[in-house]
Amino acid sequence: MAALLPTASAGGAVSAEVPVEPPAGMRRRRWIPYALLAPGMLWLAVFFVYPVVQLFMASLWNPAGSIETGYVFDWSWSNYADAWEMFHVQFLRSLWYALITTVICLALGYPLAYAIAIKGGRWKNLMLVGVIAPFFTSYLVRTYSWKAILSDSGPVVDFLKWAHLLGPDGRLLATEFAVIAGLVYNFLPFMVLPLYASLDKLDVRLLEAARDLYHGPVRSFLRVTLPLSLPGVVAGTLLTFIPSAGDYVNANLLGGPNTQMIGSVIQSRFLVVNDYPIASALSVMLMVTILVLVTVYVSTAGTDEVV
Amino acid sequence: MHALWRWLADKWVLLVGLLILLYLFVPIAVIFLLSFNQPGSRNTTYVLDLQTFDFTWNNWTDMCGAAGICDALLRSIYIGFGATLISTILGTLISFALVRYRFFGRSGTNTLIFLPMATPEIVMGTSLLTLFIGWQVPLGFLTILIAHVMFCISFVVVTVKARLAGLDPRLQEAAMDLYATPWQAFRLVILPLVLPGIVAASLLAFSLSFDDFIITNFVTGTSGYETFPMFIWGSNLRGIPPQVNAIASAMFLISFAFVIAGQLRNRRRSARRAATS
Repeated sequence: MAALLPTASAGGAVSAEVPVEPPAGMRRRRWIPYALLAPGMLWLAVFFVYPVVQLFMASLWNPAGSIETGYVFDWSWSNYADAWEMFHVQFLRSLWYALITTVICLALGYPLAYAIAIKGGRWKNLMLVGVIAPFFTSYLVRTYSWKAILSDSGPVVDFLKWAHLLGPDGRLLATEFAVIAGLVYNFLPFMVLPLYASLDKLDVRLLEAARDLYHGPVRSFLRVTLPLSLPGVVAGTLLTFIPSAGDYVNANLLGGPNTQMIGSVIQSRFLVVNDYPIASALSVMLMVTILVLVTVYVSTAGTDEVV
Repeated sequence: MHALWRWLADKWVLLVGLLILLYLFVPIAVIFLLSFNQPGSRNTTYVLDLQTFDFTWNNWTDMCGAAGICDALLRSIYIGFGATLISTILGTLISFALVRYRFFGRSGTNTLIFLPMATPEIVMGTSLLTLFIGWQVPLGFLTILIAHVMFCISFVVVTVKARLAGLDPRLQEAAMDLYATPWQAFRLVILPLVLPGIVAASLLAFSLSFDDFIITNFVTGTSGYETFPMFIWGSNLRGIPPQVNAIASAMFLISFAFVIAGQLRNRRRSARRAATS
């Protein structure tokens, strides 16, 4: 597990960056860092930055073209208006689902991370293995497993019907509940790991000091623990929000036509309908929206450097 | 009674935590359960109904019984190894540059590393597909590998960086004071200390690559180079073979055994260290 522990702090993705003064002998050779960076950065430039620029260009292609006849680039900004017109419901729904998912994950993840970091004692590492255990099986199989759990003849539906919380024809599959339940389950570890990383660094003596100064448990939590774990909260909410906003697996497997998310729309526009201009416009809209939200959120939360 | 209250006041967070941990295991338990079920028809592989549960060992004894399933598994392993190897090397080099040097463009590099992690996978999938179509690169093994390396690099950088930043820079100076060349200091002092971080990064890269579906779905095209997640997705219409559950359960057991073994080894090693000091 110790091998995986750095992963946990890496999931935290927040580290106070202290630049290390390079040893005297190295300072002279200025080309070394660039040589180290070159291969990886080149890979990212060619296969991440350039494609995103391409995608932006594709979102301005003339929609009259097709994959057989080819597309003409003519600054068709109208693609964005059309995409919004057709799919703003799914777009806003995705952001909304992602928000609810993030809030629920925080509510579940914080107590879990706290229990592991502060109360875990010698069981700490074993509990961390438990958090990453879902990753030991396949993402799709896990989601299918939820489909089985929530299925119409499954135990959860049976119980809810017995308790009269669900009508005789009621079902959970194809509802918002099922999609959000799947999203919460699949992205909860991404919330717990960074929270754990920041809570684990917390000096327990600070809590003792707060108690010595007659702070009750609630006040010492609100005034000591919570502020100190804020970097973990920021990293965890980002790592949960971003993938859930773009996800289409949960919506496709657990949801129905009324719970379609923007990811499903983009996927089918690209791979089934082959409507590249609109699909590209939707992708760009999603990316820009998320980047803007992330930037605003990080600067409001006031953590120094994420990554 | 009073003692019980006091115990609860101290331990309730732990109890809540354990309950949430238990919840994380529910679907895994269901996968195990379903791996022993012979579904009535192919559309009921993922129906959990104890009345129609039909116990069988077949899914475990005949894991490769469904056409194409083990080929898909092997492809995922190939891609996983390739992507892990390349991304670990490229990412480790980047993190050394970022932590041990100060240079022009450092914060820009940090941003570029962060961006792929802040981009929804679907955007990376669509943009890569646009690129490959534009360049007329045939979709298949190569495009999947390229995509996997791309999204693994950032995670490798972050993981190795965390380990590297925790190293005392004086270690290298001490080694060089003792007449080690920079290369010797790196090979004999720094590398062994960073190795756990590199190992963790490669494990992370492998699991990210092995399990990726969203991006892979875009860059596979009609090539038929079907990875394991793609196989599951593809059999959605014809019905998912029940062997998938046995394979997923076996994957879980193997990874779990690996991690626990690593755990025990570390515990024993640190116990020995404590005993000798």
